Amino acid sequence: MAVTLDDVWHIAALARLGLTDERARSLVAELNTILEHMDVLSKIDTTEIDGLAGGGASGLPLRPDIGPPIPLARERETFAPSMRDGFFLVPRLSTHEDPEAAS
Amino acid sequence: MTPADRRGALGVLSAAELRDSVANGEVSPRTAADASLDRASEVRAWRDGLNILLYEDHDDVHRQANEVAVRREGGDVGPLAGVPVIVKDNIATTALPTSCGSRILEGYVSPFDATVVRRLRDAGAIIVAKSNMDEFGMGSSTENSAFGPAKNPLAPTRVPGGSSGGSAASVAVGIARIALGSETGGSVRQPAAFCGVVGVKPTYGRVSRYGLVAFASSLDQVGVFGRSVDDAALGLQTIAGLDPLDSTSVAEPVAAYRGAARGSMSGVVIGRPKEYFPADLDPRIREKCDAALEALRSLGAEIRDVSLPHTDLAVQVYYIVAPAEASSNLARFDGVRYGLRIEGDGLRGMYEATRSSGFGPEVTRRILLGTYVLSAGYYDAYYRKAQQVRALIKRDFANVFKSGVHLLFTPTTPTPAFELGAKSDPYEMYLSDIFTCTANLAGVPAMSLPIGRVDGLPVGGQLMASHFEERQMFAAAFALERQLGAGAHQ
Amino acid sequence: MVVGLEVHVQLETATKIFCRCSTNFGAPPNTNTCPVCLALPGALPVLNDHAVDLAIRAALALGCRVQTTSVFARKNYFYPDLPKGYQISQFDKPLATDGCLRIGTRADGSPIDIRITRVHMEEDAGKSIHDRFAGVTAVDLNRAGVPLIEIVSEPDLRGADEADAYLRTLKRILEFIAVSDVSMEKGSLRVDANISARRVGETTLGTKTEVKNMNSFSGVVRALEVEFARQCRVLDAGGRIEQQTMLWDANADEVRPARSKEGSHDYRYFPDPDLPPLVVPLDRIDRLQRDLPELPAARRERFRTDYPALTPYDIEVLTAGPAIGEYFEHVARQSGDPKTAANWVMGDVLATLKATDQAIEHFSVRPDALAELLTLVRDGVVSHTAAKQIFGIMVKAGGRPSQIAERERLLKVTDDAALVAWIDEVFAEHSAEAHRFVGGERRLQGVLVGHVMKKSNGSADPKRVNQLLGERVGT
Repeated sequence: MAVTLDDVWHIAALARLGLTDERARSLVAELNTILEHMDVLSKIDTTEIDGLAGGGASGLPLRPDIGPPIPLARERETFAPSMRDGFFLVPRLSTHEDPEAAS
Repeated sequence: MTPADRRGALGVLSAAELRDSVANGEVSPRTAADASLDRASEVRAWRDGLNILLYEDHDDVHRQANEVAVRREGGDVGPLAGVPVIVKDNIATTALPTSCGSRILEGYVSPFDATVVRRLRDAGAIIVAKSNMDEFGMGSSTENSAFGPAKNPLAPTRVPGGSSGGSAASVAVGIARIALGSETGGSVRQPAAFCGVVGVKPTYGRVSRYGLVAFASSLDQVGVFGRSVDDAALGLQTIAGLDPLDSTSVAEPVAAYRGAARGSMSGVVIGRPKEYFPADLDPRIREKCDAALEALRSLGAEIRDVSLPHTDLAVQVYYIVAPAEASSNLARFDGVRYGLRIEGDGLRGMYEATRSSGFGPEVTRRILLGTYVLSAGYYDAYYRKAQQVRALIKRDFANVFKSGVHLLFTPTTPTPAFELGAKSDPYEMYLSDIFTCTANLAGVPAMSLPIGRVDGLPVGGQLMASHFEERQMFAAAFALERQLGAGAHQ
Repeated sequence: MVVGLEVHVQLETATKIFCRCSTNFGAPPNTNTCPVCLALPGALPVLNDHAVDLAIRAALALGCRVQTTSVFARKNYFYPDLPKGYQISQFDKPLATDGCLRIGTRADGSPIDIRITRVHMEEDAGKSIHDRFAGVTAVDLNRAGVPLIEIVSEPDLRGADEADAYLRTLKRILEFIAVSDVSMEKGSLRVDANISARRVGETTLGTKTEVKNMNSFSGVVRALEVEFARQCRVLDAGGRIEQQTMLWDANADEVRPARSKEGSHDYRYFPDPDLPPLVVPLDRIDRLQRDLPELPAARRERFRTDYPALTPYDIEVLTAGPAIGEYFEHVARQSGDPKTAANWVMGDVLATLKATDQAIEHFSVRPDALAELLTLVRDGVVSHTAAKQIFGIMVKAGGRPSQIAERERLLKVTDDAALVAWIDEVFAEHSAEAHRFVGGERRLQGVLVGHVMKKSNGSADPKRVNQLLGERVGT
């Protein structure tokens, strides 16, 4: 499976990464080189494996439905790029753009 | 006493010995802290400028030292009282910035401490500085830091390893006896090997990840560097244990790692997996490994040839799984709530400008790779497949440990520290993880300790154990360290 | 019209699903936040036990099979009120599957059963407010991390009215089991619809569109009608339906395509490595099943058999919510007269609750007090009219009915002398009417009785008054 320039633009958009034309072009080769090495995996027989791998597999611990919340040692305003009246501010979205449409 | 004298006097003390000196009043926490700060200044002034530390706050260090002294007055002396510790830049601290070696978090000061930091502080340790690292943990050389590469103190034209290069170098050069790093594919063991110090990756779930900025969540663990095995054991002992703030941390009781020291290795079976000793392995490294195995044998261990057949797939699996999880973990860096924000054309433009300016080329590459292998049409062939092969790798370890083998011994890295700029091809760089990333994929504990020098450069030997068998792993490490003696650094 | 509904319901927990922040409504912006729901670097999720209970309860009430192992997955996309850049949800291993909701019966008596594909847990996003400040969007993350369940139905609904019935039935059940306050107005219940059209008799499904942004049940109904009409127009003209997301605009009474990029969305779901699989032991599921309160359908059926005097309408009203049924039953059992109890609850109690904007759980007239009052009426101690008065007093000031009756002199007066005295007074005060009555206009008898009741402050025995009046005109 070879990665094309269109693929690179598509995944850069999914990942919200801005790329210059030059960078996008060089990434085609970089990604293809890396992915070529991965092809060997497709030849491995994994029919008897469930594949839910991961380290600590003792079931999900649960916590009681009580506070208090984890405290912050300093106010949000100290690390937020832009706040007003307690809200985080971002450039305005069009009101008809629903979240999933923006992806 | 001059600073140099003071340092000389303190520098020979292990962390435990320093702590005891603080406990019985011989040394004040302030003295210990200042010795560390002085050493850091001295190192910084070296002609080559090693660039191993990123952030220090001397006032805060003195406040911490004072707090330890006050507690001492009240009879409260923790297991690390007065011991200076370096913390990697991707572990959250409220007193110093946490920038993960990245522009996108430049200047960000976390409003909460990582659990491991809290445990160190509770134990009386003094957090002296944050150390340099490959951006977001992505790299094997600390050349991918947005704040300049770090250099190997033993050979400043060479890399200290990565991604925890700064922490490894700090311990190597005597700024602290203990440092925290993080592991995803070998980022503690490999720099430990390159810098001639001890580096430990605990079992996945042994140490809390709360406050460790996530790279690949199913692989990440906080790791510990020590000047000696005892330093590393004390460090791990202090931070290990269940944390209710981390759903992947495990309730397994923490054994006494320092108490594992004993001379004899009789009854212990050590496996020598053939896949880690390929025909083209550097013969000088092979020689050091053989000498180490011989040392263990002379103490009564049985050395057995074993096989971990899927080892040759580990790098491929790692470089699909880790970037995939990273692509998702790094989505939160969007300029909205913290960190760098660069305006662009509307919201979308802001996201793209912020993330393209904020992330370096390796991070960008891995986010794209990770996004690709998770994307529609490729998920099954890449991510799902890689996780399935990962299960096979994990099973290789389980099979060997079930067959009567207690520990595995391998070289930590295929080469000693390479030159800065030597590995320009990303995949070539990825191959430096070849002996270490299997332990991360399987979740087993692993550690590197110095077993000799090649052309004056340190070589590391790696021990691996079964899940939660750190005590057994440390036992062998203590024994090997003692047996090799000065030979570990020759 | 073929419709499937996806309903998101906020679970009524004290804290968020993955952190200990409060879920209380109306706090100043971003004050119910912490490192976890702010997605600060290094923060990690820890699952709320009570949210799991509520989710399982809902799934069981909907007849679902609860999986002993389910997996949380990341749904990856970028939006300012989605702090992590992904939503923790469940994908191919949800908490529960294969449920069913009976929403009514057809003309031929067959039941309308809507299959429920799945119920899964997920976290809510924050709120983006676009018009508070000029040129920017304001983000409040108080809601980010509030626990949700998503209930997905098969496309079994045939018509907007069925969709309405489905939502009402669903809401009633969820209220009954107290997992949510299920209010579209408050945002604790949200609906997305999938709708397609096909010719009568066709068995394959047409291309569906997704309709979002409805804020009320009637909005859902209208949006479906409008979109169906649009789809029919397209199909009748020989065109094809484009699979897309439509947004309902209630003001303009139209649906509009959402401005989106080509194609479907690639959320790159994968199991969340920060959360091991959720294991729910069978005995926990069994316990939650046993502890489920009586569901509306079961209660309706039981009322039908236990209280044969009630009409279907009575039963409908008395099972509208869990508390009203409990109140009614308490009164019915204690007074021994279910029909009268029903009349009082459906009449005076509900009217008072509405007028004073109270909930029946906190109503000042407790069921045993009302039951006592009904007993007084039945035993002839107070008249019906007096009872109404006593009721009014209890609403305002509480108290026991028998004590109030004595204190207010509302005990039924049956003594002829007293009654005659009142009748004489009434005849004197309303001489014109009295005259006509005596002259033959029988229908004025009721009016005169009413005057006597008023004069006697409700204590006169109306039956005896009627008899006495009858005697005066010789009947």
